[in-house]
Amino acid sequence: MNTTVNIAGVELKNPVMTASGTFGSGAEYSEFVDLNKLGAVVTKGVANVPWPGNPTPRIAETYGGMMNAVGLQNPGIDLFVKRDIPFLKQYDTKIIVNVCGKSAEDYCEVVERLGDEPVDLLEINISCPNVKEGGIAFGQNPKAVEAITRSVKKVAKQPVIMKLSPNVTDITETAKAAEAGGADALSLINTLTGMKIDVNRRTFALANKTGGVSGPAIKPIAVRMVYQTALAVKLPIIGMGGIASAEDALEFLMAGASAVAVGTANFHNPAVTEEIVEGIEQYMTANQISDIHELIGCVR
Amino acid sequence: MENRKKTRAEVTHIVSLAEGIYSMWIKEETIASMAVPGQFVSLYSNDGSRLLPRPISICECKPGEGLVRLVFRIAGKGTEEFSGLKPEDTIEVLGPLGNGYHMEGKKVLLFGGGIGIPPMLFLARKLSEQGAEVQTVLGYRGGSLFLKEEFEPYGAVYVATEDGSAGVKGNVIDAAVEQKLNGDAIYACGPTPMLRGIKEYAAKENIPAQISLEEKMACGIGACLACVCQSKEKDAHSNVNNKRICKDGPVFYADEIIL
Repeated sequence: MNTTVNIAGVELKNPVMTASGTFGSGAEYSEFVDLNKLGAVVTKGVANVPWPGNPTPRIAETYGGMMNAVGLQNPGIDLFVKRDIPFLKQYDTKIIVNVCGKSAEDYCEVVERLGDEPVDLLEINISCPNVKEGGIAFGQNPKAVEAITRSVKKVAKQPVIMKLSPNVTDITETAKAAEAGGADALSLINTLTGMKIDVNRRTFALANKTGGVSGPAIKPIAVRMVYQTALAVKLPIIGMGGIASAEDALEFLMAGASAVAVGTANFHNPAVTEEIVEGIEQYMTANQISDIHELIGCVR
Repeated sequence: MENRKKTRAEVTHIVSLAEGIYSMWIKEETIASMAVPGQFVSLYSNDGSRLLPRPISICECKPGEGLVRLVFRIAGKGTEEFSGLKPEDTIEVLGPLGNGYHMEGKKVLLFGGGIGIPPMLFLARKLSEQGAEVQTVLGYRGGSLFLKEEFEPYGAVYVATEDGSAGVKGNVIDAAVEQKLNGDAIYACGPTPMLRGIKEYAAKENIPAQISLEEKMACGIGACLACVCQSKEKDAHSNVNNKRICKDGPVFYADEIIL
C-alpha cells in the first residue's frame, strides 16, 4: 500500500499532519502520539521576536467547535531554533514551521533564520484573524498575498506553503495570487472569524471580542473551499478545517487535497492524529486502494 | 514507552451535595494511584457537539479501590450533563493533569472558597498524614456548608459566609484575621478576588502562599496556550511573561504571578 504524498518535492510517509497552533511544537502531544507515525508536524506560528498573545479568556466552546483568540503567543525564533527544532529532529517525521509576522520584513527575517535549519517546509501564516497587524491583513487582499508570497520566496531556502484565510468572498482569488507570487503549495482553511456573547456576564466570551471558529462545525465550508481551489490552481493543497476522523480526512483528499492537517480534534482526543493515519489505511485496505493518489481529487 | 491516553471510566456513585454542586466517584486506577493534591482531570462530554474537556479538580483518591472523587459545580451545559450521570454510566477522562501543591509547612493554613473547596480536602488529608497541623478556612456564599464535616478529621475548621448565615460574616481572610490564625505555609483555591486577597494577606504576614488558578482550557496539556496567566518574571518555556495554567500550574506561588 502506498500512502506517501509529495508536497513541493518533500515526501511525506502519509498525508496526515497537525494543524498549526493546536499542537505546540509536538513536545506535549508526544506523550500521547507517536510522532514517528505522522506525515509531518506543523508547529505553532513563530515570529522574529517573542509575542505575548492576547488577554484571557482566549477560547470559548461553540456548537460542534470552538473559537480562539490566542493571538499567536510564541517564544520567538531564537528559542524556537534552539529548543523546538532539535526536539522534532529526534523523530522520523517532516518538520513544517509556521511563520507569523507583523510586516513583510518580519516574515522574511524568520524565513531567513530558518534557511540553514533542518526544516522541510515553511508555512506562511497570512490568515490569523486574531492579531491586529500582519496576519489576516495580508491574507484578504489578492495583491497583498501575491506581494508577500514573492517577498518570502525571494529569501526562502525551503519550499513555501501559503496558508489562506476563508474570510474572503472567493478563496480562489487569493489562491491564484499566491500561485502567481511563486508559492509552492497552499494550506486551507484557517479559522473563520466569529463572535460569541456570554449572556450571563453580558459581555463577549473572548477578551478579544472576536475569534477564529474551528472544529467539525466548519468542515463543510473547508471541503468546499479545498474543492474550488483544487480546480483553480495547480499547486498541491493541504486541506484542513474540522477534521476529526479518517472519514473527514478522506473527504478532503477526495476534494483535491494532497495532504490534511488535524487541529481542534486534538483537544477532544490527543491521540486522534495517529488514529486518522490508521483509519485511512483501513479504508484503503477495505476498498482495495493500493495507492493513495487514486483518492486525491477523485471527486470532480 | 506506552503512550498516555484518555480512558473511559465508570461512574460508581454520584450525589448532589448542595444546589448545583455534585460529588461523583469514578473508577480510574491510574489516576487514583498517581494523583497528588492540586491536580485535576479533563472530563469529556458524551455529547459530540461539545468538544472541549472540562477541567475538574481532584477532591479525593482511594488508590486501593481505584476510585477518584470529583466535586463540581454546574457552570454550563457540559457540567450539567455530568450532573445527570448515573452509577454504571461511563465518561471519558484524562489525567492526572497539572503540577499539584508543593507539600510544605508544619502548621499550615488552607483556604477554600466555593468550588475551590473540593481540592483542599485531598490536600488536608495528605498534609495531616505527613504530620502537619492543618487549619482550614472555608468560604461559602451561604446556605449549605458542603464538605465542611469531611475536613474535621484533619484539624480545625473555620467558616466564613457572605450572608453571615454561618461562621464569620465576610470572606475567608476576615475569618482568619478574626480567629488570629497563623502558620508557616498557606494553600488556597477559590475565585480570583479571594486569591487576590490571599496574595496580599500572605505578603503582609510574610508566609509563602500557593494558590490554584482556573481559566478556560482547550487541550489541558500545555500545547494550545489558551489558559495562560501573567507571571512576574519571564517564563522559561513561553519566553514571555505568561505561564500555562494547565501545565505549569494550576498551582503557583502567589508572588510568582500577577492576578
